[in-house]
Amino acid sequence: MDTEEYRDHPVRSYVLTSGRAHPSRNTLRPETLLRAVESRPVLSTAGRLERELVQLCHGTLALAEVAAYLQLPASLVTVMVSDLVDAGNLTIRSNHQAHVLPGKDILEKILDGLRKL
Amino acid sequence: MDSANSDRTAPGQHLAPTVARSVKILVVGAFGVGKTTLIGAVSEIDPLRTEERITTASVGIDPGQPNKETTTVAMDFGRITVTDDIALYLFGTPGQRRFWDLWAGLADGAVGALVLIDTRHLEDSFEVLDQLELHTKIPFTVVVNQFPDSPDYPLERVRAALDLLPETPIVECDARDRPSAVLTLITLVEHAMTFPVFQKVNA
Ligand SMILES: Nc1nc2c(ncn2[C@@H]2O[C@H](COP(=O)(O)OP(=O)(O)OP(=O)(O)O)[C@@H](O)[C@H]2O)c(=O)[nH]1
Ligand SMILES: [Mg+2]
Repeated sequence: MDTEEYRDHPVRSYVLTSGRAHPSRNTLRPETLLRAVESRPVLSTAGRLERELVQLCHGTLALAEVAAYLQLPASLVTVMVSDLVDAGNLTIRSNHQAHVLPGKDILEKILDGLRKL
Repeated sequence: MDSANSDRTAPGQHLAPTVARSVKILVVGAFGVGKTTLIGAVSEIDPLRTEERITTASVGIDPGQPNKETTTVAMDFGRITVTDDIALYLFGTPGQRRFWDLWAGLADGAVGALVLIDTRHLEDSFEVLDQLELHTKIPFTVVVNQFPDSPDYPLERVRAALDLLPETPIVECDARDRPSAVLTLITLVEHAMTFPVFQKVNA
């Protein structure tokens, strides 16, 4: 599939982070669905915002929704989410790879849903 | 961010547990063109807002505040659970590409964009259309938002003035009206289905 051409310009980060590698960050988008891992307690070293973030995700929410509720920039929340995914406290609920465009079957389902609204 | 002050874990704000996939559509257009209004008309949650702070050096000059070193760019968004398992997010962002680049991955993977147009200020829309046509392959639909004092141009005249490609859909809309706003989304998704990049089935 033609994802390479379709892909947007490289991601720019406006937040200074600790400079660690975040393998999960490339898969995070504003619409990425997140869910807390209930069985996994948040580390005692986690900060207040991290706890609040995991608390919010006891039901499914998109990353942008988490940012809005926490009143934090999405760029910062992306970094926090990435850490929490790596620590096993959050899972990415969306069952598709980032960069993969929805297929025609998905678009048809969306159309059906919109027509029923 | 008034809507953010309600109970942060209100269960009604969470997606249904069956939702396992999200898709997005961008709602772009010049300042004050009705992006937030349209999102609010179709969203199942009160529109939410997230902000990024940027320096004017990296983003150009905000016409309202030319001497500021940093500026805040807001993104309003809403969501529609369109089927048991799919949530559609609508992300509203100012027209210029440099603004949508602020939100990492915002345009990446989008089904398409609604480009809202105010015919009282047609020239404000030229830049976003240039961006979409020249620098992305995102399917888009032009939505002429009707204001009480909008001139009564036939759509074909607006199409010509905007120099749209013949296949680009253009529709009128009252962004405050849910059925009218939903129709613009249907038009966009139907248009996106004609794009080869979406033909593949990858459920
Ligand atoms: N009459 C009429 N008024 C509208 C319509 N859509 C929006 N408005 C009004 O236009 C004004 C601007 O609408 P917004 O939805 O805030 O526009 P926006 O594009 O989100 O604006 P910014 O985020 O500031 O760029 C508001 O006062 C709306 O009530 C419409 O379809 N008809
Ligand atoms: Mg707005």
